[in-house]
Amino acid sequence: MNLTLKIWRQKNANDKGKMVDYQVSDISPDMSFLEMLDVLNEQLINKGEEPVAFDHDCREGICGMCSLYINGEAHGPDRGVTTCQLHMRMFKDGDTIFIEPFRAKAFPVIKDLVVDRSAFDRIQHAGGFISVNTSGNTIDANAIPVNKHDADDAFSAATCIGCGACVASCKNSSAMLFVGAKVSQFALLPQGQVEATDRVMNMVKQMDEEGFGNCTNTGACEVECPKGISLENIARMNSEYLKASLKG
Amino acid sequence: MSLDSKVPKGPIADKWTNHKNNINLVNPANKRLIDVIVVGTGLAGGSAAATLAELGYNVKAFCFQDSPRRAHSIAAQGGINAAKNYQGDGDSNYRLFYDTVKGGDYRSREANVYRLAEVSANIIDQCVAQGVPFAREYGGLLDNRSFGGVLVSRTFYAAGQTGQQLLLGAYSAMNRQIGRGKIKMYNRHEMLDVVVVDGKARGIITRNLVTGEIERHSAHAVVLGSGGYGNVFFLSTNAMGSNVTAAWKAHKRGAYFANPCYTQIHPTCIPVSGDHQSKLTLMSESLRNDGRIWVPKNIEDVKAIREGRLKPTEIAEENRDYYLERRYPAFGNLVPRDVASRAAKERCDAGYGVNATGEAVYLDFASAITRYGKEQAHVKGLDENDAALVKKLGQEVIKTKYGNLFQMYEKIVDQNPYETPMMIYPAVHYTMGGLWVDYNLQTTVPGLYAIGEANFSDHGANRLGASALMQGLADGYFVLPYTIGDYLADDIRTGPISTESKEFEEAEKNVRERIEFFVNNEGKHSVDYFHKKLGKIMWNKVGMARNVKGLTEAISEIKALREEFWKEVKVPGTANEFNEELAKAGRVADFLELGELFAKDALHREESCGGHFREDFVEESGEQKGEAKRDDENFAYVAAWEYKGQPSEAQLHKEELEFNDIELKQRSYK
Amino acid sequence: MSGILNSSIGRKVAMALSAFFLMIFILQHFAINILSVFSPDTFNEVSHFMGTFWLIQFVLQPVLIFGVVFHFIMGFVLEIKNKKARQISYAKNNGSANSTWMSRNMIWSGGFILVFLIIHFIDFWFPEINTKYIVGDMSGTLPNGEFRYYEELVHKFEPIWRVALYCLGFVFLALHLLHGFNSAFQSVGANNKYTKGLKGFGKAYAILIPLGFIFIALFHHFNH
Repeated sequence: MNLTLKIWRQKNANDKGKMVDYQVSDISPDMSFLEMLDVLNEQLINKGEEPVAFDHDCREGICGMCSLYINGEAHGPDRGVTTCQLHMRMFKDGDTIFIEPFRAKAFPVIKDLVVDRSAFDRIQHAGGFISVNTSGNTIDANAIPVNKHDADDAFSAATCIGCGACVASCKNSSAMLFVGAKVSQFALLPQGQVEATDRVMNMVKQMDEEGFGNCTNTGACEVECPKGISLENIARMNSEYLKASLKG
Repeated sequence: MSLDSKVPKGPIADKWTNHKNNINLVNPANKRLIDVIVVGTGLAGGSAAATLAELGYNVKAFCFQDSPRRAHSIAAQGGINAAKNYQGDGDSNYRLFYDTVKGGDYRSREANVYRLAEVSANIIDQCVAQGVPFAREYGGLLDNRSFGGVLVSRTFYAAGQTGQQLLLGAYSAMNRQIGRGKIKMYNRHEMLDVVVVDGKARGIITRNLVTGEIERHSAHAVVLGSGGYGNVFFLSTNAMGSNVTAAWKAHKRGAYFANPCYTQIHPTCIPVSGDHQSKLTLMSESLRNDGRIWVPKNIEDVKAIREGRLKPTEIAEENRDYYLERRYPAFGNLVPRDVASRAAKERCDAGYGVNATGEAVYLDFASAITRYGKEQAHVKGLDENDAALVKKLGQEVIKTKYGNLFQMYEKIVDQNPYETPMMIYPAVHYTMGGLWVDYNLQTTVPGLYAIGEANFSDHGANRLGASALMQGLADGYFVLPYTIGDYLADDIRTGPISTESKEFEEAEKNVRERIEFFVNNEGKHSVDYFHKKLGKIMWNKVGMARNVKGLTEAISEIKALREEFWKEVKVPGTANEFNEELAKAGRVADFLELGELFAKDALHREESCGGHFREDFVEESGEQKGEAKRDDENFAYVAAWEYKGQPSEAQLHKEELEFNDIELKQRSYK
Repeated sequence: MSGILNSSIGRKVAMALSAFFLMIFILQHFAINILSVFSPDTFNEVSHFMGTFWLIQFVLQPVLIFGVVFHFIMGFVLEIKNKKARQISYAKNNGSANSTWMSRNMIWSGGFILVFLIIHFIDFWFPEINTKYIVGDMSGTLPNGEFRYYEELVHKFEPIWRVALYCLGFVFLALHLLHGFNSAFQSVGANNKYTKGLKGFGKAYAILIPLGFIFIALFHHFNH
């Protein structure tokens, strides 16, 4: 396949940045999207130009490092995959592909397509944990039975990879799916109950301070989430937050 | 220097308890005066950083990714072993210990492995308390499954994302400490050297990957949890950024590198599809619980399949060769990874590979789908003879067990594995070798510790499935935090370590010079060009089957490639910015040195054991004909290499392995 | 509890609560209006009751006005805040791939409803207030002694332009409700296995109520 790529280039955080056109040829449909970008970068390096910077690591859809807004969608047009799992068979010969960074005020661009998602980490520092010492002297694991349904729901919420696609897809740049997933995981488990009030209050407070927008329930996040994290998690966070607010 | 493993005296079951009772402790007030650097935030590094901070030490943690949560432990799929015996199938600490030593082909240190088995149960308790959502049964209790090389079900799991859930657990423990200010986290920082002052590790030099700034960080001890070096093969199941640099720099500063040739080639990975490939994807070993591995019996069928004239589903049962079940009736499809990988290679080398490249075998779920489907139909009181219904019900069961893996496969290969068997082939996955450590997990450099995959200690020559997660967390949560106190107890009056010493200056200067070299070198080829070449040499000559000729060639080829690299490598961009090519150049430079030591180690080890298979050392006759032939008389030792300026000049030190609690036997899975 | 409106979730809950209130109001408004189709007399009686009963006039009416104003102001405030959360917009954004037009354009449907409401106030509410509290005529009758409500209603729906405007207003209300109804439930945390039936009900509500209002307007336009 031969493709035209329109890629956001931005030297560093202070640079203004612009879209630049590139051509790539002989792209195999079996390549992953990032392998296609590898081809472009090899081409650029050989020409003595600077390669396009993009985040990636595990290339199997689990580390959450890769991002990219491809043809107007986070992680591209396929569903249930990250960019590294997106394959070129989703595109046709002659296509023009727009490649942009995840955009949000809370995700400033570092270079080209690389953005700073440390806001997510800071939200987790505020309460994304159960305060238990790692001594190993806790009670036996099977002393806390958990209803299978709740355990499965907690697991589904916990499969969030923290990639930021929810924020990037949301017209309001809201991080509620991300935060809702973490709040839900603990809200559904008996271990999480002790700190439930403080957790949701602190995490939401931090989320707001980071400059994410407000959720208007468009549901775009759920559709674009590579792990299919459900909107129910946002609803659960809302009710947890309400409960916590009423408790004071 | 002689190698002292510092294994405590006494019966194996009491060693760890006695050791803990006798080592020095640092009192809580003094812990506040002590800094510890942790490099890497995977299961080992993350859990160590969290626990050390919780104990009261000031921790500085470093990772090259944008968040600690991205470390490659996250990609571990299948599960984590623990001797809980929840299934009542006769499991015990001893059995886990025994299975691990046997699975490692009797090349691991008994005392370390026993300790690992001993603390394994604590890991599960700990993780559940942290809110890790393990899979559960309908009664609300934890579920288990079975992994290769064992006869019990001791593997705890969270669908096919166990590593993710465990890492997020460790990450949450870290977050708590970061929030309290006890861990200072440095994301997007790469460690480029260890600083040794007066013979003790006292700090590291890092590069800020965003700004390019070179920084000095000091501490009273340095812990490396920087993972394995499988990417020396270029194509592996490791993450793109996984590298040996931290461990290799430690090696160059005096830490011995042990058993570099012990590499695990994982049998169930998605086959290579072309030259463009940047990495390989693992399909969890847990799939072998339900999947049956086969190739056609008749070579004509193989040809027909390759030409697209025949579909695998059309081959009759009697014309299929379930070669693992045939060769290893006792363990069948659940033989250890090294055995399964070699068996696949044997079939493919004989011409029975089922894809265009001839390097793939089938992993088939049809019989499991039928079995589960019938079971479900029975439970629900439906017609067990309705094939379509049974298939549908069976597929649903398979989906709940392995859904994410099946989806992953379909996205990559573009075939539906519920309908047609998966194609798989072995790929580099894990490195059992690593920095040599004693019982305290300290390297040969005082104050420098190595944990998790970065060290060599627990898996011998082959690691069993679901044991890497166990080892990473055992080291980080329950072993290192105790043993490091023994060393740090002498440092309570040292005070803060200055970064203004000549040692820091010298280390920083080296780092800067190397970076300057890369950005200024007028080369012809990209970093990847060299990395791919190195990978090809490693895979072809130091891969699944090794021999004297290939290894000797590999050593000289790697050396030549390294020389070419230093002449011809081309790194665009500058030093003071986000520059991934620059970061990669440094990593590949280290792989080019490690690769040679790797081949040298493989050449010197004149036996076949675990992941190290020498074609010149196989059983010639008898029931075990064609299987690996170990030489316990001459090679029951750990090969620890000391750096002497060039990989070729590395000096061998031996730690003889003593087996007091397990009888050395030929490993049989028949 | 303090400062709840300063948090993102607090604001969305407040949006939802005002929305619930408005949705209930619209339902009762519709229930009364539809009487005009079946029985002008009942319509007149109920209208008079609503227009003169102190609890409705001096308690519920101010609450309603507050609810309406709050919902609009908060809607605009949120929109501005949300726009600020993304300073550089995408060169290419394929919103229709992951969300409905209605959900992405609440500000526009809401804005049009505001325009409609202003006209609606000018048509009905201001004259009412004028008659009752400025002129001081609380009788609710025409000079001939009959109730004036039905007559006024029929009269207003004579010009076709107003009927068209009403219809358009309610089309926008339908679009607004198609997202808003379920969105409000989601905002207060009611989205789980027990609330699956709500989705269908929300859709029905969002379409049938505005359709009913449109029917009333057309009915009177063509019947008189």
